[in-house]
Amino acid sequence: MTGIAIETHELVKQFGDKRAVDGIDLVVPEGGVYGFLGPNGAGKTTTIQILATLMRPDGGTASVFGHDVVREADEVRSMVSLTGQYSSVDEDLTGRENLQLLGRVLGYSRADARTRCDDLLEAFGLTDAATKQVKRYSGGMRRRLDIAASIVVTPRLLFLDEPTTGLDPRSRKQVWDIVRALTARGTTVLLTTQYLDEADQLAERIAVIDTGRIIAEGTSSALKSSVGSGALHVHLIDPGDRPRAIDILTRAFGDEVFPGSDPADVTGRVDDRSKVPAALATLAADGVELAGFSYGQPTLDEVFLALTGHTAEETLEAGDSTQNDPEGAVA
Amino acid sequence: MSAATLVPDRTTTPAPFPLVRHSAALAGRALKKMRRTPEQFFDVTLQPIIFIVVFVYLFGGAIAGSTHDYLQFVLPGLMAQTVLFSTIAIGVNLNTDIKEGVFDRFRSLPIPRSAPLVGAVAAEGVRYATSIAVTLGFGYVIGYRATTNVWSVLAGCALVLLVAWALCWIAVFLGMVLRESGSVQGIGFIALFPLTFGSSMFVDPETMPGWLQAWVNINPVTHLTDAVRGLFTGGAESGDILITLGMAGAITAVFAPLAVRAYRRKA
Repeated sequence: MTGIAIETHELVKQFGDKRAVDGIDLVVPEGGVYGFLGPNGAGKTTTIQILATLMRPDGGTASVFGHDVVREADEVRSMVSLTGQYSSVDEDLTGRENLQLLGRVLGYSRADARTRCDDLLEAFGLTDAATKQVKRYSGGMRRRLDIAASIVVTPRLLFLDEPTTGLDPRSRKQVWDIVRALTARGTTVLLTTQYLDEADQLAERIAVIDTGRIIAEGTSSALKSSVGSGALHVHLIDPGDRPRAIDILTRAFGDEVFPGSDPADVTGRVDDRSKVPAALATLAADGVELAGFSYGQPTLDEVFLALTGHTAEETLEAGDSTQNDPEGAVA
Repeated sequence: MSAATLVPDRTTTPAPFPLVRHSAALAGRALKKMRRTPEQFFDVTLQPIIFIVVFVYLFGGAIAGSTHDYLQFVLPGLMAQTVLFSTIAIGVNLNTDIKEGVFDRFRSLPIPRSAPLVGAVAAEGVRYATSIAVTLGFGYVIGYRATTNVWSVLAGCALVLLVAWALCWIAVFLGMVLRESGSVQGIGFIALFPLTFGSSMFVDPETMPGWLQAWVNINPVTHLTDAVRGLFTGGAESGDILITLGMAGAITAVFAPLAVRAYRRKA
């Protein structure tokens, strides 16, 4: 079945004089992972909260599997589940009690709730911690329990809001495995992230969102080809060397060499990785000393630079609080 | 991790279930939390005992001439007073609770939006019942004796419980509309002082000046106190009982919907 999971039209949410969501048009197909990529404050969380019926839009429409999120909120709620950025499990209860509570609330019998919750604890590697209070959990365990809590009844659509932010690499990998296992069983996942590699790893399609608007949308490979397949970052010992470094790297790679947000940083878009060693050698030969360098996928900053011409500045996520500084990520 | 256990369990996707069931499950959550934080029971265990000791032994002799006579008079009032004051706690707790992520989860579930509140209110009954039992039990230890029968005493206790359940909806409402849990506590106490002390709880209203008697006579807590006193030691008037029941019904009918509406708006 390939239907449409999410469709929004001109979606708007206003906080004070800031438009957190500023006319988002989105079509998310059913099945697989759809990535929502953007910096803090871009409007990712707000959009997700509207889609999960936790917040009403101020303008435009949004529907989930054909049901309007405002007028048919109950239908939407029965099909979706949300794992927010912040823990939505009860700290005072144990892992098992949290899942059992949700199982009971969602209509399982006592015995079924117990079986389901034991299965989930097992699948998420939490069996040993089942009888511990959640406040004693590590960040990774908490996040896994949070996701488990979202699939006590497997939703057709699962929202994961920055599921790996703040996790160590191992926990991050575990969350990725969970996401893959879920989509393999037919759940559609809408995932927000600040990491291009995460979106690249998991998502079939990616929307890049900035200041409440979608600025690019497409498959991960299409997005990357518009951004460059890789990037070389160099960190200079002396920021005064930067003009020379930019000069050298521009000659090596072509036009797309940018100064980073740190005055000692330079980033160059690399299409042909075989040019990297020669470029580094040239820098050394010209006496430009490096504190460090890396070659890899473009970062979110570079995606933004390529797509918008400005870097993604950090601001508070508009959905977290209505009292935050309503300043968007603008150049 | 075995992906096999992530197999979705779609067949159990629930049909709509009644409010009662969801609330019961959520009341269970509240009870578990109470068990983990026994200090939530201080106000319903130690407080009644302290109040009984203070009023009976400190003021009793002066007010009634004998501590035992005053105990017989004041115990139903103290029972009502401590329970009424303990209704503020739920407003304070929910005010804090609602700021945590777990309420976001509840809101995104396909359950009635009132269920988390109804569940929390239902669970509070355990605290109120504890307070009533401690008051009566400690009263008995130091010499209080009901002179009616067991059913009549139980009816008196049930009446107090019912009023507490009704009154806690006001606290829940305050907890939803006020920004800080401290203000819930403050406003709750300010409202309860004239209601409890300005009643027939502690002294015979005959001894009060006229303007105060006028207030005492219309104060619903006076009717509650008189009803319970009558059910415990004889002379209960059906008028008092009916007024008390009517008041409890009216408070619930007004404040439960208001609280639920305020809760929805918090989304």
